[in-house]
Amino acid sequence: MPAPQRIIFSAALGLAITIAGGFSASAQIKIGAVLSVTGPASFLGDPEKKTLEIYVADINAKGGVNGNQLQLVVYDDGGDANAARTFATRLIEEDKIDAMVGGTSTGATLAMIPIFEDAQTPFISLAGAIQIIEPVRKWVFKTPHTDKMACEKIFADLKQRQLTTIGMISGTDAFGKSMRDQCVGVAKQWGIKIAHEESYGPRDSDMTPQLTNIANTAGIQAVVNPGFGQGPAIVTRNYRQLSVNLPLYESHGVASKQYIELAGAAAEGVRLPAAALLVADKLADSDPQKPVVVDYTRTYQQKSGQAVSTFGGHAYDGLMILVRAMQRAKSADKAKVRDEIEKTKGYVGTGGIVTMSPSDHMGLDLSAFRMLEIKNGDWALVPDVKS
Amino acid sequence: MAEFLQFFFSGLTVGAVYALVALGFTLIYNASDVINFAQGEFVMLGGMSTVFLAAAGMPLPLAAGAAVVVTIAVGLALHRLAIEPAGDASPVTLIMITIGASIFLRGAAEVVFDKRFHSLPPMLGAPPLQIGGAAVLPQSLVVLAGAGIVVVLLWLMIDRTLLGKAVVATAVNRLAARLVGIDTRRIVGLSFAISAAIGAVAGILVTPITLTSYDVGTLLALKGFAAAMLGGIGSALGAVVGALVLGMLEAFSAGYLSSKYKDAIAFLVILAVLLTMPQGLLGKGKVERV
Repeated sequence: MPAPQRIIFSAALGLAITIAGGFSASAQIKIGAVLSVTGPASFLGDPEKKTLEIYVADINAKGGVNGNQLQLVVYDDGGDANAARTFATRLIEEDKIDAMVGGTSTGATLAMIPIFEDAQTPFISLAGAIQIIEPVRKWVFKTPHTDKMACEKIFADLKQRQLTTIGMISGTDAFGKSMRDQCVGVAKQWGIKIAHEESYGPRDSDMTPQLTNIANTAGIQAVVNPGFGQGPAIVTRNYRQLSVNLPLYESHGVASKQYIELAGAAAEGVRLPAAALLVADKLADSDPQKPVVVDYTRTYQQKSGQAVSTFGGHAYDGLMILVRAMQRAKSADKAKVRDEIEKTKGYVGTGGIVTMSPSDHMGLDLSAFRMLEIKNGDWALVPDVKS
Repeated sequence: MAEFLQFFFSGLTVGAVYALVALGFTLIYNASDVINFAQGEFVMLGGMSTVFLAAAGMPLPLAAGAAVVVTIAVGLALHRLAIEPAGDASPVTLIMITIGASIFLRGAAEVVFDKRFHSLPPMLGAPPLQIGGAAVLPQSLVVLAGAGIVVVLLWLMIDRTLLGKAVVATAVNRLAARLVGIDTRRIVGLSFAISAAIGAVAGILVTPITLTSYDVGTLLALKGFAAAMLGGIGSALGAVVGALVLGMLEAFSAGYLSSKYKDAIAFLVILAVLLTMPQGLLGKGKVERV
């Protein structure tokens, strides 16, 4: 193609794109998402992205929201908070989104918060840490339960078994550290005494010295292991290797079949808090969450061909909370939608039953977690504690 | 006493794991002065390939054998496609190439395998042996024995065969080695193949203890490298001694001092040793090249 012709061609193409863009934007609600689809947090971001795509398509097939089709704009931050911030700016300035569901990691979410606060755009984060909603920010919400709640669930169970003196061994990775701090923070409130504390590196291959020290501390009645990845599986194996005969609690960070596979027979009798989604088939029929989690599990497995994870569930909850708020607001007006998100009441999601308020932008209580015990290589529900 | 023994066994377990990884550095370094930072990825490939081949229905011993072959192929490919084209580049350049290769292999493994953790069943059963009130896993002893066998084989090869002499000659002076009729290209390629095999065996033996995943190599290689430096890089026996010292340091500082600072303590000791003995514990003085 000679040069002048090429210029005309690309100009025409550019014009065509602009016009097309202009037309489609008028009849659509744009939902933005910045997710860690690749990189170290991809096991979180990948199911989140798939979930959003599956359900946006589903909602559009059913006629959209308030008669408007949804348009999903997803950017991949690769696990980098700086990139997340850049993409957030692009979502606001170029894509002109109506609302945001996403922010896979706590780091990315915290980096993006100022942008959405400035742009006054509703932002539903999918990240764990409590810092996202404490202090409450006007435009920021989140769907996943927090580490603090996991600790409280464990402590409630300990209290019911009248075990009050514990040893704690935690990973030094971000997850382990954060949860450890939360556990130490709420221990006193629940009347739990942490008599001995140890830690291990995220890639350590033997934790017997730490566990020996815990087992040799007088008065310890149970051991709690806030951790993530393969560390807790090794802790569990070493725990049995040393034949420590005290109850062992793991965290929701390892609430997956993989943990049972890795720890093998050593996992027998271990207790851990987990979201209802992981035990969908084991929930009682009367459980209010049962229909939601069973339906989500079936849809996700069918359309993505992968096993369900809680992370995708968080994205499902975020999208549904947003869509329902838009339906109640009868528009995609940012301020109205924000107000309606805050008024979410009794929404039954995969992560629990959500009731938000001006002072609580997550809206979950301890019932969001189920206490599980590993029996015969599978999960078993521990009857709920009334606290 | 039981406590001391337990810490000792922990040190032994961790040390044995590091030793097998550290041994992989020895041969390539001996042949080419290159520290192969993709060694950890060989370890990962050995473990992951075994896991996936076994999952595909292969009997475990066969899967392990096939995994070693796969890893050797990768080692040879690394040499042929990345190291050899660099020609007579300086060791520093080659080391950087191996770092790039390590990142590439990790990324490829993420796609070819998956991002999950995997394990293999222990070879001599799972129940721990009780010795003097302390418990040790039979697999730890398997790893230690594996490290011992590799040391002996390496020593026999390097000190007792013509091939070994050729490896040493290649390291000392490549041009002179070529002049006396040694095919240095082949020797360096061979060192990559054998190192890959050692890495793969290490990966298979340590996986029942450490578990494995696509990125398990990075940290294992770091610890293995530290152990090899501590023991004296290039010396097979030194690699094992350095690894066991490192394992013991970690275990005893975790047990008696603080689990939070165990890595810091271990690395401080390494620094102190290397300051006073730059050749490492068992390293030989560098041959002067005139």
